[in-house]
Amino acid sequence: MTALLNKTGSPAERFTSRNPDDFAVPTGREEEWRFSPLRKLRPLFQPFVSQDSFRFETELPAGVTLTMVGRDHELVGTALTPADRVSALAAANVGQVVLVTIAAEAQLSEPVTLRSIGKPGLNYGHFVIDARAFSSATVVMDHLGEATVAANVEVLVGDGANLTLVSVQDWDAEAVHVAAHAARLSRDARYTHIAVNLGGAVVRLNPTVTYAGPGASAELYGLSFAGEGQHQESRLYVDHSVPQCSSHVVYKSVLDGDTSRTVWIGDVRIRPAAVATTTYELNRNLLLTDGARADSVPNLEIETGEIAGAGHASATGRFDDLQLFYLQSRGIPEDEARRLVVRGFFADVINHITVPELHDRLMATIDARLGGTPAGAEEDS
Amino acid sequence: MSKLEIRDLHVAVDDTPILKGVDLTVESGQTHAIMGPNGSGKSTLAYSIAGHPKYTVTSGQVLLDGQNVLEMAVDERARAGLFLAMQYPVEVPGVSVSNFLRTAATAVRGEAPKLRTWVKEVNTAMTELEMDKAFAERNVNEGFSGGEKKRHEILQMALLKPKIAILDETDSGLDVDALRVVSEGVNRVRETGIGTLLITHYTRILRYIKPDFVHVFFDGRIVESGGAELANELEAHGYARYGANEPAAVQ
Ligand SMILES: Nc1ncnc2c1ncn2[C@@H]1O[C@H](COP(=O)(O)OP(=O)(O)O)[C@@H](O)[C@H]1O
Ligand SMILES: [Mg+2]
Repeated sequence: MTALLNKTGSPAERFTSRNPDDFAVPTGREEEWRFSPLRKLRPLFQPFVSQDSFRFETELPAGVTLTMVGRDHELVGTALTPADRVSALAAANVGQVVLVTIAAEAQLSEPVTLRSIGKPGLNYGHFVIDARAFSSATVVMDHLGEATVAANVEVLVGDGANLTLVSVQDWDAEAVHVAAHAARLSRDARYTHIAVNLGGAVVRLNPTVTYAGPGASAELYGLSFAGEGQHQESRLYVDHSVPQCSSHVVYKSVLDGDTSRTVWIGDVRIRPAAVATTTYELNRNLLLTDGARADSVPNLEIETGEIAGAGHASATGRFDDLQLFYLQSRGIPEDEARRLVVRGFFADVINHITVPELHDRLMATIDARLGGTPAGAEEDS
Repeated sequence: MSKLEIRDLHVAVDDTPILKGVDLTVESGQTHAIMGPNGSGKSTLAYSIAGHPKYTVTSGQVLLDGQNVLEMAVDERARAGLFLAMQYPVEVPGVSVSNFLRTAATAVRGEAPKLRTWVKEVNTAMTELEMDKAFAERNVNEGFSGGEKKRHEILQMALLKPKIAILDETDSGLDVDALRVVSEGVNRVRETGIGTLLITHYTRILRYIKPDFVHVFFDGRIVESGGAELANELEAHGYARYGANEPAAVQ
């Protein structure tokens, strides 16, 4: 064990280390790996030389700079210490780090887009998004094509800054994507993280939030649409350690294949010092076929008697016959009624995506997956 | 001219017989009131005609202009011209009223209504029902008050223009003002010449919507039929002589 070793308590206890050797190769029996399809993840359990099989496109509005820096840059590792072997291997072996800086007080009206278009190959990735004090920005990480990726994304949200990070996993069918998204919020920071899982064979995201100053708020939204053979796993950890902060989590999954699989782990920890915390988490899963399986594990650990509010809810179910009956009783054909219900189910996640082109593209993708476009949504010429 | 014929209809819920032989014919221009105590099977009749999955027709027929309604899917029944204003409208999270109405109108009319005339049509219908414009952006029935739900049902009836409308306790849960607004909304659609089957427990809605025929419903069948005067009878004496100790007038 090394000096960097860092235990954060129980039961949302997190062992973190920068040394990959501190993490054994997963066997599938570990709590953190037991839901995952290890066969497909195995290439990520050993170090490799990143093949960088990506085309990287960016859209950078005024107020944003992008530079490539080394692993030894001072900001690298300030929000994230790896919590599993894949993350540790990626952090230790990645060639370059993409540093995105949003200038202090910059108010971006256009989104920052970081688009990775993959080709088959093994890849490490590391991003640091440094949203300086009182800035306001939306960053879209858009993942397309096919690749096997282990990535770390660090997000620093400065004093009073407002950052939205949308991570879109719109991969082709064979992609494998394992990533840790670690945010550290300074005083009065506002952070919105939206994960949209549509494509890929395996997507396993680890969004975490830590608070470095009081008054900060985090909203974590997730949309997963798992088709045949897709595994989409979201492992959240929100660590409340300072007073007057809030977290709000809404994750929704639709599973429409017999072998579709989603996993949602919602760990929220409220430490003794985190008085006047508000937290709420919701996970809802809609199973459209018999064989599909959604695991949902909320875990709220409260260590102070002085919280402002805390709650969680989790539910997994099938189409509501009464909703379909009601829509059909107004003449709407059954398949269209189903599409309306699914779109409606996702609405309170996807409506947080305020970039119009992205919102429309994602809705169109979801509609196409559901087999059409609801007639009511069409505009006439 | 349209005609809804219900012939010797028997319906069960979870193998329990609820409707035990209902015969009734509703034609365009007619308003039939069905009155009966709680649990007599009024909603079962309404839902069975609409095709609710919970209700199993064990025998009998329902015909709309000679066509077998019971063989049609739920949405086909609506497109054929049947409309049910539900006693308990269903919440559909995340689906806005405006999207829902337009999708329904597109389905029933067979083509998407032209956007400009459609907006005007919806606004007019909402104004007539004294509904705020912001209502259209809310999610279908989510967080609606009882009165809002009923106005929303009648708004749909006005926009979908059915041949035969079944109104299941549209009056329940409405205060006097809302009852007047909703009844006037129903009357505007009735004046277009549709057939109406008005299901109610209480007589008070009949002050606003005048029935041509009144049927007393009890234990899964019609036990007495007459004209509007039968409602006055029920108003005075309740359902006692049919064996149910319930008043039909609001106390
Ligand atoms: N969905 C249902 N599930 C179980 N029982 C039902 C259902 N709908 C109706 N019933 C039963 O059928 C009978 C008639 O109910 P209903 O048609 O709702 O009566 P009404 O509308 O006249 O009050 C009641 O005994 C009720 O319990
Ligand atoms: Mg009823």
